[in-house]
Amino acid sequence: MHDKTLTELAAALSAGEFSSRELTEHLLARIERHDGALNSFITVTAEQALAAADAADAARARGEAGPLPGLPLALKDIFCTRGVKTSCGSRMLDNFTAPYDAGVVEKLADAGTVSLGKTNMDEFAMGSSNENSFFGPVKNPWDLGAVPGGSSGGSAAAVAAGLVPAALGTDTGGSIRQPAAFCGITGLKPTYGRVSRYGMIAYASSLDQAGPMARSAADCAHLLGVLAGHDLRDSTSVARGVPDYAADLDAPLSGLKIGLPREYFGDGLSPEVEGAVREAVKVYESLGASVREVSLPHTHYAIPAYYVIAPAEASSNLSRYDGVRFGHRCEDPADLMDLYKRTRAEGFGEEVKRRILIGTHTLSEGFFDAYYKKAQKVRRLIRQDFLDAFDEVDVLMGPASPTPAFDLGAKKDPVSMYLQDIYTIAINLAGIPGISVPAGFANGRPVGLQILGTHFAEARLLNVAHQFQQATDWHLRRPALAEETA
Amino acid sequence: MQWETVIGLEVHVQLATRSKIFSGASTAFGAEPNTQACAVDLGLPGVLPVLNEQAVAMAVQFGLGIHAEIPEVSVFDRKNYFYPDLPKGYQTSQMYHPIVGPGEVEITLEDGSTKAVRVHHAHLEEDAGKSLHEDFHGMTGIDLNRAGTPLLEIVSEPDMRSAKEAAAYLKAIHSIVTYLGISDGNMAEGSMRCDVNVSVRPRGETTFGTRAEIKNVNSFRFVERAIEYEVERQIELLEAGGEVVQETRLYDPEADETRSMRTKEEANDYRYFPCPDLLPVVLDQAYVDHLRDNLPELPAAKRARFQDELGLSAYDAGVLSASRAMAEYFERVKAVCGDAKQAANWVQGELSGALNREGLAIADSPVSADQLGELIARVKDDTISGKAAKQVFQALWHGEGESADAIIETKGLKQVTDTGAIEAMIDQVIADSPAQVAQYRDAEPEKRGKMIGYFVGQVMKASRGTANPQQVNALLKEKLDALC
Repeated sequence: MHDKTLTELAAALSAGEFSSRELTEHLLARIERHDGALNSFITVTAEQALAAADAADAARARGEAGPLPGLPLALKDIFCTRGVKTSCGSRMLDNFTAPYDAGVVEKLADAGTVSLGKTNMDEFAMGSSNENSFFGPVKNPWDLGAVPGGSSGGSAAAVAAGLVPAALGTDTGGSIRQPAAFCGITGLKPTYGRVSRYGMIAYASSLDQAGPMARSAADCAHLLGVLAGHDLRDSTSVARGVPDYAADLDAPLSGLKIGLPREYFGDGLSPEVEGAVREAVKVYESLGASVREVSLPHTHYAIPAYYVIAPAEASSNLSRYDGVRFGHRCEDPADLMDLYKRTRAEGFGEEVKRRILIGTHTLSEGFFDAYYKKAQKVRRLIRQDFLDAFDEVDVLMGPASPTPAFDLGAKKDPVSMYLQDIYTIAINLAGIPGISVPAGFANGRPVGLQILGTHFAEARLLNVAHQFQQATDWHLRRPALAEETA
Repeated sequence: MQWETVIGLEVHVQLATRSKIFSGASTAFGAEPNTQACAVDLGLPGVLPVLNEQAVAMAVQFGLGIHAEIPEVSVFDRKNYFYPDLPKGYQTSQMYHPIVGPGEVEITLEDGSTKAVRVHHAHLEEDAGKSLHEDFHGMTGIDLNRAGTPLLEIVSEPDMRSAKEAAAYLKAIHSIVTYLGISDGNMAEGSMRCDVNVSVRPRGETTFGTRAEIKNVNSFRFVERAIEYEVERQIELLEAGGEVVQETRLYDPEADETRSMRTKEEANDYRYFPCPDLLPVVLDQAYVDHLRDNLPELPAAKRARFQDELGLSAYDAGVLSASRAMAEYFERVKAVCGDAKQAANWVQGELSGALNREGLAIADSPVSADQLGELIARVKDDTISGKAAKQVFQALWHGEGESADAIIETKGLKQVTDTGAIEAMIDQVIADSPAQVAQYRDAEPEKRGKMIGYFVGQVMKASRGTANPQQVNALLKEKLDALC
């Protein structure tokens, strides 16, 4: 059962090959058996999952099933779930049980899905390796000595390991696409505003976006159809109709114009990754696409601009964790200042503190214009780079990450970690959608091909990704862990 | 040395929206602590603000009311600081692009003269909760019911030159916001609070002195007293060769003094930046025009109209336009009775006297404007005498009848104007008073005028006050003189 895609599982469930309860029990057993090594879940909600599976089976029997009836999935622990611990990978929220469901959690439940639990992540979504979690690092199912990527590392690893067919992630600077690439799965970051952020714990509000992580582009299309849409509770969500993302998956690619950004194939790109990406592009050519080189001239400003804007927003977003109303509170505070200082010193990890400090500094009087305002100007230039490129081509392609998954503990210096996101970060600054699809291996570790489109071009991206997956089988490769039958 | 005082005010007006500025929780005052704070107000992880359209409309109405520029785009910013009653660790406010641009408020001084005070801008923001320091045995309680209540902060230019001007400005703002119905203006419940910036400089000097900011003053009287104290303090300091320190001070009404809270060096760096959770507010011209077209007449315009069109004195016009409730009451009375001056006299005389005696607001008057208008109309059409009218008013006040007419009817106060009936009463009185008639007849003609009073009194008594006194007087004179 666990080797099937969501689409296949949906067919098997409706054909009565097995029930949602049987599927859920099987996956819960796999989590029990394998997650000790992977650490991809922070909280497994077995009881609620079985109840939801029974409800889905009953609804199916009555002929009232939703669009994704009885299909199991997992939620990154950044989404608020009523009555379930929502930690955001932090000690600060280790004791926090959300009193409400995030908008996307409601939508997934209404669609009939069964949540198996909350997946591990870098603390407050800050990280590219999932080593910044209070609950310990997640291991890459392809190689337990390697990182799964981050910050949605738990979601990526759980899907790759066959613990769950799909999971929800969030992407602020690459946090869906890079772990998807590292773990050999498909991950889509939608256009900013496409999916509601209500109930998704904020890291950098103007960049955060939730999206699906699954085994195929088709699965992502079905999930996005459920996730997308306007939410009155999120003023930045866009009031725009939701197309049937699965409708055009099979559209032929002849005439597709692909741009390869020159800046995405430069220094620092591993030759193995570059080789895999160029092979993938050849596949597209064989499908009738034309390829040309394009330029995104402000690319090298993306990381500096991001590391001004995201920490600035984060420093403000994380001010609410003060020990007054919820979350961690230090023991026996002497006075108010002591309460604040020790609560936050104890509750936050090192990387979170680093970004709060950076953000506090860049917003300070005398620095605001030089950092924050300048970064916003750069952001507009980066966005314009993409819009100009999309005047010439339909999609852009390149690597999702300069290297395949690196070893646990390999990147000690924060800046070298930040450079991991060199190909993903500009996409968030521009607000455009991007998808990472498996495109081969480098030294036995998966490589991701990143495909980018203009704002709200998700249907096109999914079609382009799906066609690749019809022509190749990289997305069907499974780590040994997932090949086991139990 | 002659000193000049320079004052600028930041007035926080709580807007009378039903729900909070960024959440659906109620804004009603006085509920049990923390019962009117939802997930958004508590700043729970993952929540997002959604702007209350009513608050935007009210802010724009205020802007239009002070003839301010209304920028097409305004933006919410975050003001970052830690405080236990500030749930998110930042206040959502408007720093760089406020919703209301420069405008002007006309104030009326005690001598009846007017002065324009410029408003720098007004912006929308959310209120914080309250820290409760009593009843927690050394700990502090937090009540977040008020957190997220919409505030309009109105920032004046440093245009005021005395405590009286500052108080007059505050009253003018109070009058405008209550006229517009955008705030209940209840200062005791904190619906209007102000921060006062005060400095002094030698008269003739054009640069400003160093200012002190007095925080959170919440009554007209305290504003005056706080400024008076602060001005005196600064002048004494300067005359003793000292310097005024730029700082935040607190006014203590009990001690009637201001005390230092924090100096500039201790001031927070609020790290303002645009709130990424809220889109810029874009107002299209049609929306602004619609609000402008539906704006009620504001106090300054009303005062001018009362003077120019109704012929009221500057004083009467000022009193009757001071509050929307007062102006509406007066205008209704005037409409019913058809006489602005009589309406003004009654509202300011008999009615205000009775209200003051019982400590009632005009909105709670037991005598409605319709009732009072009808009562005045009955005096004007000679149905009752002025004296009887006061009786009718008292009866209305005590709820003894539904209307002036009903009371006139039941109490038999209708003035008798039938000449025949009055003549009959006069004849009777003359017949019953031979001695007085004889005195009258024997008196010098120039003294008779005074003596007629006795007869008038007798006739009025006989008519139980219902005879028209002018008529009685004229007829008596005619009949008595015929006897001479």
